[in-house]
Amino acid sequence: MTGQAAEPPSDLPGITLQGDFNHESHSLFTKLKLRVTPGAWTCLLGPSGVGKSTLLRLLAGLNTGGTFTGSIQTDDSVPVDGRIAYMAQSDLLAPWLNIHDNVLLGARLRGDPPDHDRANDLISRVSLCPHALKRPAALSGGMRQRVALARALMEDRPFVLLDEPFAALDAKIRSEMQELAFEMLEDRTVLLVTHDPAEAARLGHYILIMKQTGLIPHPIPSSPPIRAFDAPETIEAQISLMQQLRAV
Amino acid sequence: MKRIFDIIIAFSLAIGVWQLIVWLSEVPHYILPGPLRVWNAFLFDFWLIMEHAQITIAEVLAGLVIGAALGMATALHLMISPSARRFILPVMVFSQAVPVFALAPILTLWLGYGIGSKIVMTILIIYFPVASNFYDGLRRTNPGLIDLAKTMGASDTHTLLRLRLPAALPSLGSGLRLAAVYAPIGAVIGEWVGSSKGLGFLMLLANGRAKIDLMFASLFVLALFTIALHALVGRFSKRLADWSE
Repeated sequence: MTGQAAEPPSDLPGITLQGDFNHESHSLFTKLKLRVTPGAWTCLLGPSGVGKSTLLRLLAGLNTGGTFTGSIQTDDSVPVDGRIAYMAQSDLLAPWLNIHDNVLLGARLRGDPPDHDRANDLISRVSLCPHALKRPAALSGGMRQRVALARALMEDRPFVLLDEPFAALDAKIRSEMQELAFEMLEDRTVLLVTHDPAEAARLGHYILIMKQTGLIPHPIPSSPPIRAFDAPETIEAQISLMQQLRAV
Repeated sequence: MKRIFDIIIAFSLAIGVWQLIVWLSEVPHYILPGPLRVWNAFLFDFWLIMEHAQITIAEVLAGLVIGAALGMATALHLMISPSARRFILPVMVFSQAVPVFALAPILTLWLGYGIGSKIVMTILIIYFPVASNFYDGLRRTNPGLIDLAKTMGASDTHTLLRLRLPAALPSLGSGLRLAAVYAPIGAVIGEWVGSSKGLGFLMLLANGRAKIDLMFASLFVLALFTIALHALVGRFSKRLADWSE
């Protein structure tokens, strides 16, 4: 295992979030600094309730139910609003729209003209062509999450925020989804929130463990992601992450 | 098919028990007529009943369409405007505490004996279930979807019309199904309080002349119409949101 590598130069912007967060007079984190490196996958690992999702929602500009004092800065100084694609644990597909129209949801909600060719292309990249005209209810959980992935890509944003997107899938589908998502989101700036050490060990260019005291960078395996789930160094990293998580 | 069979059995039993009670207790027919007598009254006065039914049906349909439209518009308005939520919502809830039945004489006083007061009565009775069901549906749209829309840069109007509105259609459907059952009640109450036409009027008239068989016949026609209307609105609601269970 090597330590956290220095950031390679990139054309893409990264994001830096710094500050304190309070929720009803109780502090969730103070003087926290999160760096999301451009063109790489940053995995944010931690126990439930520690504030991982809150961090992600702050970046996405969503309501967090608390107060954040601090700054969210991008490397190119263009505000982060409108440059984020978001994917959650639940697929969040509109049940009344078919798969094709769900992939085009963003354009529909902005009132933009829909790009049907690009939608078809993305649907075929997640291997759902035969299902394009079906509604979400007719699809399995794994297929629906693939639609959500295609929809996130349809948005074509530099930043991609993933909030435990594979947590509800069974082990086999989850590992396949990790591979597909990694392949499709290459060269984006990705923040993945997860509570699964195995997932972080496979996918992270950078791995951060979130604790009450702040973010702790964790060493990553020497091979680049995506790593084989059964590679010794992936398993080694997984064990080490698990130990970190369990340490008080 | 099996369900229809079950329904037929249930009704045959109920009618049988009814006839049995009439035979055994020997109540006079002007107190409780037997089913056969009611059936004969229905055949004998068929055109009279239909003439009055036509009026009631017109009142119900007009009230249903206008009331549902007003209820839907209110729900959307409540969703858009915070001040509407502050001022209209309490009034709406208060209006539900007023028994609509008590308003019927006033409506007749203001709007006369014609069809107008009955339509308004129907509107009053169905407005709240439609507005509140639809509003609930609009409000309770999956918050995750609303978050997603926000990250996609959706405007409030588009979020309302293209996300909340379709997501609320199943709730609107339940409101409309309730309205279909309540609407005939509204129209008939209106007719009882003051009218010269309609099934409610016919029932009162028959009652006054001790023609209880005719009264029952009118009542059954009203019930059948209500069931048919409910089924029709139910089918419409299902088509409106064919994706929901």
